[in-house]
Amino acid sequence: MAVTLPIFMDYHSTTPVDPRAVEAMVPFFTTYFGNAASRNHSFGWAAEKACDDAREQVAALIGASGKEIIWTSGATESNNLAIKGAARFYKDRGNHIITTQVEHKSVLDSCKRLENEGFQVSYLPVEADGRLSPERLRAAMTDQTILVSIMLANNEIGTVNDLPTLGAVVKERGALFHTDAVQGVGKVPFDVDSSHVDLLAITGHKIYGPKGVGALYIRRKPRVRIEQQMDGGGHERGMRSGTLNVPGIVGFGKACEIMRQEGAQESERIARLRDRLKERIQSRLPEVYVNGSLVHRLPGNLNLSFAFVEGEGLLMALKDVALSSGSACTSASLEPSYVLRALGIGEELAHTSIRFGLGRWTTEEEVDFVADLVVDKVRRLREMSPLWEMHQDGVDLKSIEWTAAH
Amino acid sequence: MAYSEKVVDHYEHPRNVGSLDKNDPSVGTGLVGAPACGDVMKLQLKIDDTGIIQDARFKTFGCGSAIASSSLVTEWVKGMSIDEAEKIQNAAIAEELNLPPVKIHCSVLAEDAIKAAIADYRKKRDAAKQ
Repeated sequence: MAVTLPIFMDYHSTTPVDPRAVEAMVPFFTTYFGNAASRNHSFGWAAEKACDDAREQVAALIGASGKEIIWTSGATESNNLAIKGAARFYKDRGNHIITTQVEHKSVLDSCKRLENEGFQVSYLPVEADGRLSPERLRAAMTDQTILVSIMLANNEIGTVNDLPTLGAVVKERGALFHTDAVQGVGKVPFDVDSSHVDLLAITGHKIYGPKGVGALYIRRKPRVRIEQQMDGGGHERGMRSGTLNVPGIVGFGKACEIMRQEGAQESERIARLRDRLKERIQSRLPEVYVNGSLVHRLPGNLNLSFAFVEGEGLLMALKDVALSSGSACTSASLEPSYVLRALGIGEELAHTSIRFGLGRWTTEEEVDFVADLVVDKVRRLREMSPLWEMHQDGVDLKSIEWTAAH
Repeated sequence: MAYSEKVVDHYEHPRNVGSLDKNDPSVGTGLVGAPACGDVMKLQLKIDDTGIIQDARFKTFGCGSAIASSSLVTEWVKGMSIDEAEKIQNAAIAEELNLPPVKIHCSVLAEDAIKAAIADYRKKRDAAKQ
C-alpha cells in the first residue's frame, strides 16, 4: 500500500479527532444546543445531561467518579487552576511546592508565578533516563511542602514516571499530589487511587478528542479544595465559571470512552510500530541515540539524537513528514530543549534530536517510509557536516576550541 | 516557519559542498560556530598568488538557513580577490536569502567563516615567507 503525503508523526502535539467522537458531537451544535446552566427548560436539561454523561466517561478512564471532574478549556488551564488554586487555598499549611525540571511549561510557569507570591519551589532534576527518583523526592520534602506536581508521561521523551511509588512518598508527608497526565492517560496503565493523586490535568485533543476542552480531576475523599481563578456565574461548583463547551465536552467524553475500551490493545500495536521504526533506523545508521528510558516509555514515543546532524536542518529535509525537533534554532535564546538538557544530554546532542510521535492512524507503511527517508537524509546531511568529517578523521570534537558561545 | 525560496533552493541543491586539502599552502580554512550552539561552518578557499579566490568549498552543521548562507557565500567569493571577499557583510547575505530576524546569526556566521578562512590563508602565507 502506498503512503499518502504528508505523513503525520507528531501525535504528542495533537491528534485528529476520532470520527466516532465527531459523530457524537454533531447534534450538540444544532439540535441540542442548550446552555447546560439553563435549569428551566428541556434544552438546558439535555445539555446538562450530556455533560454529566461525559463526566462519567472521563472519570472512568482515570478510575474516578464523575463528581470529581470539572471542565476547563484544556490542560494548560487545568494545570494553572490545580497548582495555583491549591497553593493559594492551602497557603496557611505551608509555602513549599515541589515539581521537576522536565514538566510542561504550564506547570513550570504556574510555579514561577507562585514564587513571586512568596512560595518556595523546588525544581527537582530527573535521572538520566528522564524519570524522577522516589529517593530524590523524599529528600526534598519538608514540613512546609503542601503540593507536589509530577507529570505522568513526558511530552518530549515519552518517559513514564512511577506515580504509585512517588505518590506514596508524597503522602508520607501529607502533601497534595498533582499530576499533568495529558500525555499518558489511556496509553499506559493508570488510575488516581493507586497513584495517590489528588489533582489531575487532562485534555481532549491529545487523545483523539477535540481541542479547547480539558478537565481537572479534584479528589473528593478526602476532599481537596482549590481557589477559583475565573469569576462569574459559579459554574462547576464555583471552581470554574463559564458556559460549558457542550459539543467539545461530549466529544472529549466519547474519546475517553474509546480510549478506555481500546487503549491497551492500541498501545501494543503502536509500541510494535515504534520499535520497528527504531530498529529500521538504528540498524542502518551509526551514532543514533535514544533519549530517555526505553522501558518506561509511552508506546508512541521515539526521541532520537542523530549525532553530527542538526535537528532543524534534518526536519527541513523531512518536509513530507510532520515531526518535531529538540533543537531550538528558531528561538531567540538558541538554547536546545530544556527537557533534554535536564537529562544531562550535552547541548551538541540536544541540537540533533528529533521526536517521532506515533498514534492511532500510524501504519506500518508509514513507519517504513519515514525510516527509509530518515536514513537517506541523515546520510546526506552527514556528508555535508564538518562535524561528521572530523569524527570520521578521529578528531575529538571536545578538543576543539569553538569560536562561538552561542 | 516557512523558508524563503532561495533558502530552500540552496538547501536542496547546495553549491560547492566538500573539502579542499587543508595542508595545501594555497588553501585557507575557516571553522566557525560551535556544536553546542547548533551551528558549525567550515569554509575553505583556494587562493592563487595574485590573491584571487579560485575555488571555495563548505561543510555546515546547522539549520537550513545556515546551510544556505554558507552555500551562497561559496558562490559569491569565487573569482573575488581576498580583499573584496573580506568586505562581504552579513546583511547582504541575509537580504539575498530573505532571512527572518531569528536567522540573522546564520548570515553572521557565514561572514565570520570568510574572514576566518582568509586569516588562515594569510597566516600560512606569512609563515611560508619566514
